[in-house]
Amino acid sequence: MEKIFSRTKGLTSLPFHYCPGCTHGIIHRLIGEVLEELDIIGDTIGVAPVGCAGFSLDFFSCDFVGAAHGRAQAVATGMKRALPEKLVFTYQGDGDICAIGTSHAIHTAARAEKITSIMVNNAIFGMTGGQMAPTTLAGQITATSPYGRNCQLAGNPIDLPKIIATLDGAVYVAAVSVDSPQQIIAAKKAIKKGFQVQQAGLGFAFISILSTCPTNWGLSPVESLKWLRQNMLPLYQMGELKATKEVSAL
Amino acid sequence: MAQVVILGEYCKSCGLCLSVCPKQVLQISDKSNQKGYYPVEVVRAEQCIGCTLCGLMCPDLAIEIIRT
Amino acid sequence: MKGNEAIAEAAIRSGCGLFFGYPITPSTEIMEYLAKKLPQAGGTILQGEDEVASINMCYGAAASGARVMTASSSPGFSLKQEGLSYLAAAELPVVVVNVNRTGPGLGGLGPAQSDYFQCTKGGGHGDYRLIVLTPSKGQELYDYTMQAFDLADQYRNPVLILADGFLGQMMEPVELKVRSREELPPKEWVTDGCRGREKRKIASYALTNEIGEANCLYWQTKYNQIKDRLQRWENFYADDAEYLLVGYGTCGRIAKSVVLTARQQGVRLGLLRPITVWPFPEKAFWGLHERVKGIMTIELNAGQMIEDVKLAVQCKTPVHFYSRQGGMLPTEREIWQAFCRTFQLALTEEEL
Repeated sequence: MEKIFSRTKGLTSLPFHYCPGCTHGIIHRLIGEVLEELDIIGDTIGVAPVGCAGFSLDFFSCDFVGAAHGRAQAVATGMKRALPEKLVFTYQGDGDICAIGTSHAIHTAARAEKITSIMVNNAIFGMTGGQMAPTTLAGQITATSPYGRNCQLAGNPIDLPKIIATLDGAVYVAAVSVDSPQQIIAAKKAIKKGFQVQQAGLGFAFISILSTCPTNWGLSPVESLKWLRQNMLPLYQMGELKATKEVSAL
Repeated sequence: MAQVVILGEYCKSCGLCLSVCPKQVLQISDKSNQKGYYPVEVVRAEQCIGCTLCGLMCPDLAIEIIRT
Repeated sequence: MKGNEAIAEAAIRSGCGLFFGYPITPSTEIMEYLAKKLPQAGGTILQGEDEVASINMCYGAAASGARVMTASSSPGFSLKQEGLSYLAAAELPVVVVNVNRTGPGLGGLGPAQSDYFQCTKGGGHGDYRLIVLTPSKGQELYDYTMQAFDLADQYRNPVLILADGFLGQMMEPVELKVRSREELPPKEWVTDGCRGREKRKIASYALTNEIGEANCLYWQTKYNQIKDRLQRWENFYADDAEYLLVGYGTCGRIAKSVVLTARQQGVRLGLLRPITVWPFPEKAFWGLHERVKGIMTIELNAGQMIEDVKLAVQCKTPVHFYSRQGGMLPTEREIWQAFCRTFQLALTEEEL
C-alpha cells in the first residue's frame, strides 16, 4: 500500500479557483513537485502576476509576493538582487508578460537576472473574460476580436520565447505544453531545469508553457486540448530553444 | 495492482482524466459535491494498471493513486 | 556637496542596501553618486529599463526586508504612481525621492513645486498616503533622508523626499552627522524564504468587499495615527506674528529673509515652514485666526499648498498667494513687495 501519486508538499491543500479543465492547475502541480523534489520550498519566493494566476499566492507552499500587472519580473529582479542566495521565480500569463510586461521580459533576460520565469500561454486574457492578447492567434475569436483576430488591424501573435532566446542573458529557454501526459512530463523536466539553472546561478531561465482556457475559448476542457494541439503547437517553435553549454552540462 | 482514489471535493468534473485513461476505469458520477460539480468516480477499479495518466492530467489534484 | 549627493550619502549611511533608478535631470546625480559608492558600502545599485521597472524592483527588494531607495524627477515620478499605490497597500517601506522639476509635460529642468498635489494627495489610485518630507537646504536633504529610512520602517510605509531642481543641484556644506540607531519594529513580515517558519505572502488584493473595506479602514487608522504623531514644521518668528508666510523647501528658505526684512521695518511677520507636507502640519495653524490678520503662501506652482493652508485655518483668516512658475524663483524683494501690496502696508520709499 504505497501512494504513487498524490498532492505534492510544494502546494498547500487549498483547492484551486481555476475553471474546470483549466490547465493552470497542472502547471501549478508541476512547479509544486519541482519545489519539493529540489527541496527548495523554504528557499524560494514566487512572484504572482495579475490575471487568473493572480490569486495563486495561497496555492504554493513557498513565500509569495503579488506584483502589479506585468511587473512580476521587475519585482523578482529587485527581490533577487536583495536575496541573491534565495531562489526567485515568476509565474505570469501571456497577457501579463507579452502585453504590458514586455519591457521587463526583455530587460530581465538581457541583464541575465538569475531568476526562473514561467509564462503560461493560453492565447487570451483569461481573468478579464477572454479578450484578445498579443498571443491570440490569427482569426481567433475573443471578446475584443469578435470577428476573429484581424492581423492587418491587430497584428500577429508574438512568440516570446523565440525573442528571449536571442538575448545572451537568457541561458535556458524552453517552450513546452501541458496538453497531454507526455507533454506534461516534458514540461516538468523543463521547469525543473529552469530552477536548476537558477540554483547554479548561470543566468536567466525562461519557460513558456502552452495552456488551455476552456471557458473563454468556448470549448470543453477535452476539446480545448485538441484545439491547442491543432492550432497553437504548429504555430510556435517548441522544445528547448536555447541551452548554453553550462546549462546542458547540468 | 493499483487503486485510484478520487478526492470528490477537489474534482470539477472537467473530464480530462477520462480522456487519457487507457482502461476507462473512471466515469462522471451522478452525485454532486458541495460545489455542485459531479465528480468522477471509479467504476472499473480492477482494470486500473496504475499508469497515473489520470493523475498527471488532473488540473485540480483530485486524484491519488495507490499501488496495492 | 551637491544636494543630490547629500541625499545619496545619507542613504548609504542609513544602511540603504539597494537603489533602483533611471536617469532623469535634475535627480541623476543621486544614482551616479550611489553607482560609485554604494557597492563599496556593500550595497547593490541597478539601473532599470524605466521608472516603472525601478519602482517595482523596489517593491521586490523591500519585500525581502532590505532598506531600499529610488529617486527621480517629476515625469519619472509620474511613471511610478501605480507602483507607489502598490507599495502603500502592501505596506512596504521604501524611500522615494522626487526632485521636482517644472511641468506639466516635458516641462523644464528648473526647480518647481508643481508636484505637490501628486505627492500629498496621492498620484496613484486608491486612498493611500505617502509620508512626505520637504527639505529646504543641503543639510536637510541629508537629515531628512536619514529620517525617511527610519520612518519608513517604523510605519511600514513608503516615505517621499520632495526636493526641487534648485536644491538638488546646489552645492552647500553638509555635516555628515551620524544618526543614532532608532528602536524600530522587527520585520516579521518579510518574504525571504519560509524555511523554518510559516509561509508568508505580500499582496494587496482583497477577495471580498468585506476584506476590502477592512483593509481600507486599517490603512486609514494607520494614516490617522501618522497624522496625529508626525506633523512637523519650523516656526520662524511665528509666535507673535500678525502676518504669516507659509512656504516649504526653497520657498520656505527665501521666506526667512523676507521675515527678517519685515521685522526690520517693524512689521510682525512670521513664517511657518512645513517639514512634512503629508501629514500637513494643521496643528501649527490651530487658534491662529485670533491673532493673525493675513497669511500668504509662497509656492513654485499655480497654487497647491494654499488649499491645505486654507483648510488648516478653516478660511477664518484670509490666505493669499504669491508664486513664480516654470523654473523661475521669487526674489526676497519681490515677495516683500507682493506682501506689502496684498496687505496694504506702507512700503518704505526705497522699495517703491
